[in-house]
Amino acid sequence: MTRHEWPLFEVFVRAKRGLNHVHVGSLRAADHEMALHHARDLYTRRNEGVSIWVVRSDQVAASDPAEKPSFFEPSADKVYRHPTHYTIPSTVPHI
Amino acid sequence: MAFDDAYSALTDHDDDARWAYGTGFSDPLASVPSSVPADVDGADLSLYCLMLGDDALILSHRLQEWVTRAPELEDELALANIALDLLGQARLLLSRAGVASGASSLAAVEDVLAFGRDAAEFRNVRLAERSDADFACLVGRLLVMVTWRLAAFDRLASSRDPMLAAIAAKGVKELTYHRDYAAQWVVRLGDGTALSHSRMAAAMAELLPLTGELFATHPVEARLAVAGVAVEPVSLRAEFDGVMAQVLEAATLDPVLPGPPVAASGEGAGRDGVHGPELDEILREMQSVARAVPGGVW
Repeated sequence: MTRHEWPLFEVFVRAKRGLNHVHVGSLRAADHEMALHHARDLYTRRNEGVSIWVVRSDQVAASDPAEKPSFFEPSADKVYRHPTHYTIPSTVPHI
Repeated sequence: MAFDDAYSALTDHDDDARWAYGTGFSDPLASVPSSVPADVDGADLSLYCLMLGDDALILSHRLQEWVTRAPELEDELALANIALDLLGQARLLLSRAGVASGASSLAAVEDVLAFGRDAAEFRNVRLAERSDADFACLVGRLLVMVTWRLAAFDRLASSRDPMLAAIAAKGVKELTYHRDYAAQWVVRLGDGTALSHSRMAAAMAELLPLTGELFATHPVEARLAVAGVAVEPVSLRAEFDGVMAQVLEAATLDPVLPGPPVAASGEGAGRDGVHGPELDEILREMQSVARAVPGGVW
């Protein structure tokens, strides 16, 4: 009998102290409902999360590695875009 | 001004920066008084905690047997998580059984009870010790066991024994997930392919007639129910039947009514320490290390 593999899903977990969902890994599941169950069982066992997103890996549009020079290198010499060029008021945390 | 720092509304104030690894672990039982209420019979309470604890301990062991043998890696971990939750419930309940019976050395009482008793002293229902022929039997049996247990723990959360109430309240959240997991698989297999349907149907047709024992009232349960400590199993029947009917319908499986209580059918009940050879097999493995190296620590 041929064995059909379940599709791959990407998992994003928001931690209690996190403001955004962070990619934590991937898993296989038959559908979204099962993917959420599996994500809960695989990626939140140590009290990491308060919210989970799953998305089918083949639904993710990714940048083309061949376009790396034109995509990313132009920003390499624009150091003035970093906030370290400005004076931050002492009352602004988390930067 | 309240909005001086917009970030403070979003984050918790503590020094714990390890958020990526999970934080906020707590012991919900830490502040629960451990003394047994004065008008509650300690021996009865101890036996009752053994019944509930042994159900979890033995079912947990059966689930652990699927580790390395589950059909998918993700489900293997799911089953291990559930087994670990049940083992946690068993530890708390066996400890409570020790306290209620007035055990002198409490430190190791859960180990003594788990690893030092013979089969005839175990009080789990016989459905807990049953081995699973396939994955359909496993998820079907899990659904039956945790549906009953969730209904029981829901009511035990208001038990007059404060420790039992706290253990039950903690367990309700775990069992809710276990039931969800098992139900999802029963529906998926029942309402799946012709092959998965026939195997799920065969599993449920075999299991449901064996559920009678879950609803037979033991004298200890009857006495403690009057005292407001325990729950009469027969009172769980309506909720159990309702949940099972709902899941079986969604799974396109025939509803099968639970059989008569085992005590009535003359086979002898697990709650009285009457077990099949399957429990001997479990205990041989589960107790082998503890019996070979008494009190061993690693």
